[in-house]
Amino acid sequence: MAKILMKGNEAIGEAAVRAGGLHYFAYPITPQSEVGEYLVKRLPEVGGVFVQAESEVAVGNMLFGAAASGKRVFTTSSSPGISLMQEAISYIAGAHLPAVFINIVRGGPGLGGILPAQSDYFQATKGGGHGDYRLLVLAPSTVQEAVDLVMLAFDLAHKYLNPVMVLGDGMIGQMMEAVEFPESIKETDDPMTMDWPATGCEGRDPRIIKSLYLDPQALEKNSFALADKYKKMKEEEVRYELYKVKDDCQVLLISYGTMARICQTVIDEMEEEGVSVGLLRPITLFPFPENEIREQAWKENIRAVLSVEMSTGQMVEDVDKAVQGRKPVEFYGRTGGIVPSPEEVKDYILKILGKK
Amino acid sequence: MPEAKLKIFERPKSFTDVVTHYCPGCTHGIIHRLIAETIDEYGIRGKTVGVAPVGCSVLIYNYFRTDFLEAPHGRAPALATGIKRVSPELIVFTYQGDGDLASIGMGEIVHAANRGEKITVVFVNNAIYGMTGGQMAPTTMPGQVTTTSPMGRDVSQAGYPIRMSELLSTLRTPAYIERVSVHNPHNVIRAKKAIKKAFKNQMEGKRFTFVEVLSTCPTNWGLTPDEAQNWLEDNMIAFYPLGVFKDTYYDNDEEGQK
Amino acid sequence: MSQYEVTFAGFGGQGIMTAGQLLAYTGMNAGKQVAWIPSYGPEMRGGTAYCTVVVSDERIGSPIINRPQGICVFNRPSLDKFGPRVKPGGLLIINSSLVDATSDRDDIQVLEIPANDIAQKAGSGKATNMVVLGAFVGATGIVEFDKLKETLTEKMGRKKDLLQINYKALDEGYELGRKAKEEKVKG
Repeated sequence: MAKILMKGNEAIGEAAVRAGGLHYFAYPITPQSEVGEYLVKRLPEVGGVFVQAESEVAVGNMLFGAAASGKRVFTTSSSPGISLMQEAISYIAGAHLPAVFINIVRGGPGLGGILPAQSDYFQATKGGGHGDYRLLVLAPSTVQEAVDLVMLAFDLAHKYLNPVMVLGDGMIGQMMEAVEFPESIKETDDPMTMDWPATGCEGRDPRIIKSLYLDPQALEKNSFALADKYKKMKEEEVRYELYKVKDDCQVLLISYGTMARICQTVIDEMEEEGVSVGLLRPITLFPFPENEIREQAWKENIRAVLSVEMSTGQMVEDVDKAVQGRKPVEFYGRTGGIVPSPEEVKDYILKILGKK
Repeated sequence: MPEAKLKIFERPKSFTDVVTHYCPGCTHGIIHRLIAETIDEYGIRGKTVGVAPVGCSVLIYNYFRTDFLEAPHGRAPALATGIKRVSPELIVFTYQGDGDLASIGMGEIVHAANRGEKITVVFVNNAIYGMTGGQMAPTTMPGQVTTTSPMGRDVSQAGYPIRMSELLSTLRTPAYIERVSVHNPHNVIRAKKAIKKAFKNQMEGKRFTFVEVLSTCPTNWGLTPDEAQNWLEDNMIAFYPLGVFKDTYYDNDEEGQK
Repeated sequence: MSQYEVTFAGFGGQGIMTAGQLLAYTGMNAGKQVAWIPSYGPEMRGGTAYCTVVVSDERIGSPIINRPQGICVFNRPSLDKFGPRVKPGGLLIINSSLVDATSDRDDIQVLEIPANDIAQKAGSGKATNMVVLGAFVGATGIVEFDKLKETLTEKMGRKKDLLQINYKALDEGYELGRKAKEEKVKG
């Protein structure tokens, strides 16, 4: 299919449709309301379902019910809305159901602002709601990658029977870039061929989809079953990209999403000025490319590792854990909707290198 | 040939063969049975999905031979919305108590009703929180003693009990709303009719059906089962009148806005 | 040049976003990497609407462009806000029909175009954005002019009347831009 120029939010909606995600429940919130506005027109064309719920609490729980059908279901929201969905996300994880949550992050805490931020890293990667569970978290840095990762998110949600979050930001949602989609809508598996959905018990034993285990042995068993899935994700799903990580790099940048693109510009400009800097861009935030960061960071030429974020310092804790104290781990971040410019990141790198 | 015996009473096919965890005298068992008989009589066991609440009846799925989902507290109508919209061929019902539906789940029930979701809600109103041990519910009677209203429900602080059937009847979309009781055989028969009618409505594609069932809680009311039934009749029915509150068919596609 | 960045800025309703999108589409059709980045949020309410377009031969990095090579300002607040941000050696196009001031910078090329007047003569004031876009492409050559017109046809092919006006507006603007480029080369 030919490339088309599309706004991130609309491209995300179309990507979900192409992935067979035809069941959408949502509540409007800036800066991602265009997704719903796009899908309310698009879904009826393909026999899909669109429900505008009364709240994000209801959205999460509608997804819970819809996910139990075995079909591909999703929502999009932004930070405060995602907070309200945490109840359902915990239940969906506990009940081993697949659902995709797309968070176009805005600045917080509280009502915060509507401009791009990365301040939901903790909420996304550490569980977010109550109980022993994780989300698989994918972080796109371009509109095309948002499309690719949204489609991947559905596959992974069904592979692991676990909620998957795509963590974008207002910049990815609002900007237009050239994107390509697969020609046709993906044929998804028939729920009747699966051994877990609530399809009506005709011809088989009834199924109960639940997260309540009053017997501690049984609850522990369920929690360890979840833990096994997260272990498998760590083994099989780590995704990242290296940008200009070379043998003479002095500083290793760790950055994701929109922020990582700014770091690329920083690296290009510093290369011209004769300062070699490289970037490791996590694409999966959970599982986190911990081993890969360690491997790069421990190389002799690396003098420091710098986590660059649109937050006051969240991912840096995971970077710190990965580096295990062998190299200095630095942090640079802006937040509240302020996106660091290449110039200020450059200045900070020069400061680390004692050149400013 | 031995003479054929006429079976006049049996366990509904939609029930599992286990003993429930409910207290002696509790009417949940009766209400469960009315639903199970309805499912049997319509032959819809294979395409029915129930949604369990949080409360005494959270374990309802252990007693039914149908698929079941277990909702967070109060969210059963949202789960029911989700699965029914995605799989409209299913028959979907929620079973909710008064704390679940009229307190924490007030938002979900009102909006599911207003959207006209094609689901059936069985609302068990026993005027108290059962599972957590007898606290005041939004439907607790004025002056009624509970563990969190030890001097009796004080309406100057807690307001008056919420009449859910009346409240939902103000909405235009729902197809059918009735309040029944199960405190004596006559009323049990009426309750069965109401539940059957609600399911029938759903099978015919009509919008949102709701049956409120007045129920007893001898344990937390501190009464014997007999006393509890009398207390329900003497105190609750005056405030929660029985009857049909709504029985219309509103469908935008076929009949337009009436 | 492997990457070019341009900001279009003006009032809401002046076709700022459309001009930027048309340029981005054209770049994409020419096989380049493109990004169109709008202003959103409170900045939309401050009298100026703006968008930035990046056209590049390589993968595009930062979508935050503080110092673009090119800036086209459609009104006075935009000149005040963006005039100082043009990268040295870059281009500033000013819509002189509405802006009664100019830039005193001598490290950039400044091109003043009475875009509203030209658009009116071409048939509609609504084509002001096309005059400016034509001038920008004429002065920089970052996309082929024929490709730009092709893309305009692709996007607006159904509105024949408007299309003719827009063609004319683009042509007039392009000529002014091209001349300015020649003069710069000679100068």
